Amino acid sequence: MIDTVKNAGATPDEPQPYADLGLQDDEYAKIKAILGRRPTQSELAMYSIMWSEHCSYKSSKVHLRQFGQIPKGDRMLVGMGENAGVVDVGEGLAVTFKVESHNHPSYVEPYQGAATGIGGIVRDILTMGARPILVMDPLRFGDADHPDTKRVFPGVIAGIGGYGNCLGLPNVGGEVVFDPSYQGNPLVNALCLGVMPTDRIQLSAARGVGNVVVLLGAKTGRDGIGGVSVLASATFEEDGPANRPAVQVGDPFEEKLLIESCLELFDAKLVEGIQDLGGAGLTCALTETSAAGKSGMRAYLDRVPLREASMEPHEVLASESQERMLAIVTPENLPKVLAIAEKWGVLATAIGEVVEGDRLEILWNGETVVDVPPGSLADDGPVYERPTQRPADLDALQAKELPPYPEATKELLLAMVAGPNLCSRRWVTEQYDRIVLGNTVLAAPEDAGVVRLSEETGLGVALATDGNGRYTRLDPYAGAQLALAEAYRNVAATGAVPIAVTDCLNFGSPEDPEVMWQFAEATRGLADACTFLQTPVTGGNVSFYNSTAGTPINPTPVVGVLGLLDDVARRTPMGFRAEGDVLLLLGDTKDELGGSEWAWSQHRHLGGRPPQVDLAREKALAAVLVTAARDGLLSSAHDLSDGGLAQGLVEAALKNGVGARVALPAGLSPFVQLFSESAGRAVVTVPPSEEERFAELCAAQGLPCTRLGTTGGDALEVQDVLTVGLDALRVAHESTLPALFGPLAGASAALPAGPALPA
Amino acid sequence: MKIGVVTFPGSLDDRDAQRAARLAGAEAVPLWHGDADLHGVDAVVLPGGFSYGDYLRCGAIARFAPVMATIVDAANGGMPVLGICNGFQVLCESHLLPGALTRNQHLHFVHRDQPLRIASTRTAWTNAYDDGQVITVPVKNGEGCYVADDKTLDMLEAENRVVAYYVGNPNGSQRDIAGITNERGNVVGIMPHPEHAVEDLTGPGTDGLGFFTSVLKALV
Repeated sequence: MIDTVKNAGATPDEPQPYADLGLQDDEYAKIKAILGRRPTQSELAMYSIMWSEHCSYKSSKVHLRQFGQIPKGDRMLVGMGENAGVVDVGEGLAVTFKVESHNHPSYVEPYQGAATGIGGIVRDILTMGARPILVMDPLRFGDADHPDTKRVFPGVIAGIGGYGNCLGLPNVGGEVVFDPSYQGNPLVNALCLGVMPTDRIQLSAARGVGNVVVLLGAKTGRDGIGGVSVLASATFEEDGPANRPAVQVGDPFEEKLLIESCLELFDAKLVEGIQDLGGAGLTCALTETSAAGKSGMRAYLDRVPLREASMEPHEVLASESQERMLAIVTPENLPKVLAIAEKWGVLATAIGEVVEGDRLEILWNGETVVDVPPGSLADDGPVYERPTQRPADLDALQAKELPPYPEATKELLLAMVAGPNLCSRRWVTEQYDRIVLGNTVLAAPEDAGVVRLSEETGLGVALATDGNGRYTRLDPYAGAQLALAEAYRNVAATGAVPIAVTDCLNFGSPEDPEVMWQFAEATRGLADACTFLQTPVTGGNVSFYNSTAGTPINPTPVVGVLGLLDDVARRTPMGFRAEGDVLLLLGDTKDELGGSEWAWSQHRHLGGRPPQVDLAREKALAAVLVTAARDGLLSSAHDLSDGGLAQGLVEAALKNGVGARVALPAGLSPFVQLFSESAGRAVVTVPPSEEERFAELCAAQGLPCTRLGTTGGDALEVQDVLTVGLDALRVAHESTLPALFGPLAGASAALPAGPALPA
Repeated sequence: MKIGVVTFPGSLDDRDAQRAARLAGAEAVPLWHGDADLHGVDAVVLPGGFSYGDYLRCGAIARFAPVMATIVDAANGGMPVLGICNGFQVLCESHLLPGALTRNQHLHFVHRDQPLRIASTRTAWTNAYDDGQVITVPVKNGEGCYVADDKTLDMLEAENRVVAYYVGNPNGSQRDIAGITNERGNVVGIMPHPEHAVEDLTGPGTDGLGFFTSVLKALV
């Protein structure tokens, strides 16, 4: 029997499975107080979803408020709270971007979990009125040689490619990190960016009594029920994933049609409000649109097109079936809306209307199954000030001595660049379409993805994501700042001015005070650094409960930085380009190998302190990189981070097959100079004719600039230290992932040299 | 000169083909899969993507689109038609070209800058190149492995109907075939993407522009 509001009133003491749905005793009591009766089965499902950690941010809210205090600048058109923040980029255009997690589904079912992660973030961007134009994926997996990584990693990559390629969105960057801390809990984060004319911004509020609520897109099925309340808001136990039905199945073709039809609706100004259906499905869309509009709403749930006729109302409300949107339209425009949907072969169904009052009423075959104040679901969820406690092992970890430093040798260099965390990501990026839409100017392995927005003026955006779980484990405040600093530096290295931030905060269980302390420290660090660098947070996502059998992941805030280029033709690529350019190191190298890739990959050592953060230095470095790009002084620029100077030189040399001759300055040992991970550094090359002007520019910003040598030849030579041919470096750098996960192309495709350069 | 670019549901590189046509000096005309009218175009490009989702064989449904009936007739009458990637698959399914494109031998989607050796310059879409010229254009597909029976392959090679060979086969295509033409040389199917090599800023160079300048020359 369907549990109606009438029935709930008549049977006040019927026991309800609230605890199984993830609700606490006091939360259940609060629901009863709000309604003045026990909730119906459908209402209980809705509260359990909307008050879940994933939807309500109940543990993180008090910390995220700091991001709201960061000065907005004059570019932010829509801030945190909507589906994604919107930034004015000039020329009448605005961009919206956001990064989100799809961690647990991707462990349960790697292909579909990762694929629907792309689908979900793309709808978030679409719902703001923007055409999605690029995606990126920051990813973390267990050890590269662990047997289960062979299941998870290739599946995730294929899922991201399978969905994104079929949507026609270029994948222009991201990260892949292997670390045992993610063994039972990989991190699959997805970022999307979209662009729109500033007057096309859409909001989610349902307003105007009599307006029609239209469900667009796929039919609703039983897939994904419990995705957010169960899968995303609880930890995995030791026996691993068992919630396969809680993972949704994606249909990128349906999503492509949904994108095109929605954009046509926006352009024709036929939509009053719009909301995507993602985690929490119709529950979330109906409550958020009505709550945002402070409107009443009535929905006829039996009108929702179903994949399975036997579905019950609470299942229809909780389904996370993909590729659906909810639009609010006027009755006059309804026929036009239906016609555009039909043109694209998209199902469109009027399922409700905006009504007087402030209740959300949901009917099922004429009977009321939900009657709630929508604000109580969307805005009045519980807020927790969770206890925090500095991890008991942190002092010991920070005091742990590093292994003795070795000599810097050719063998060490080859071993480092072949390590799973520093080796070439070609095996990954070749499975992604990086150029569809025809505006990709730079893509991975470049420091940032650069995409043209305007063919007329050359206006473009640069985007980079970064995060380092080891640094954040050793010092969450500094670790979060280092993640921001690196993404900021990467964007500036292309010549773009960093202007805004999105973040995906991946942490363990908020019920663990030590995790909560990490979270509090990391958010404080990030908010402080964003304030200093004048890059406001426009939105993002918190992912808690990333732990397995009580052991949390390394805390991993992933930070995405958006930059702006007036003319993408002025962008700076990362690779050495010409013989005889002057090679310069910007910034200072210190003895900083705590948390480094060397300590980890060569000794499985995690301890000490991460590199120092100097935000003023980051700002000066960015100013130099941006100005030099505008003035056309640079041949190349490449940020230094994981693996230090050695890694930076190898990547820049291999990009176009141009070597370098380097003489390290006196002072620190060659090993430290080559492998230290000091922040605030970059290697650049300039034509000899520009060296003096460039040095003056650095001096004006107080930025140390050290001449390292010159580019050219077919080897990387570090005078009196080591010499390695580029061919040997390339084999070492590019063989690791194919050896672990199988060759990508047929045997006849030899490793090609770098692409020919335009004259 | 007008070059029509068909948009099927799921076409992805349609705007890119339009841009390439414009950069070559043509007027790009969008054509819709459900509209059988070719709107007076002089040549047609079937672009890359996943027409109708390609959950069946790639191109198998697109072949039945109303616009395709008109295009097949026009092609048989001599109109230049270029099928790129998914468009190549549609041309094979439409029997304008022999053979089929199947899942890449290594089973992965692969995207890379791909050297090609131009083998036939007598077609409407390759007359701007030199015989044997090596060009670099991107390849990106999951089902780009060209297959046909030996008789057909022998015939294609004997009749100089292989338009381009891969230099370093990315997907297991038989005899390294990247593109072919019909007897008349007006219909060309090519798996790699010349429309993504038309600007130095966004591609591996401008080697692909020749396909579009060729057809303008052919139409004069």
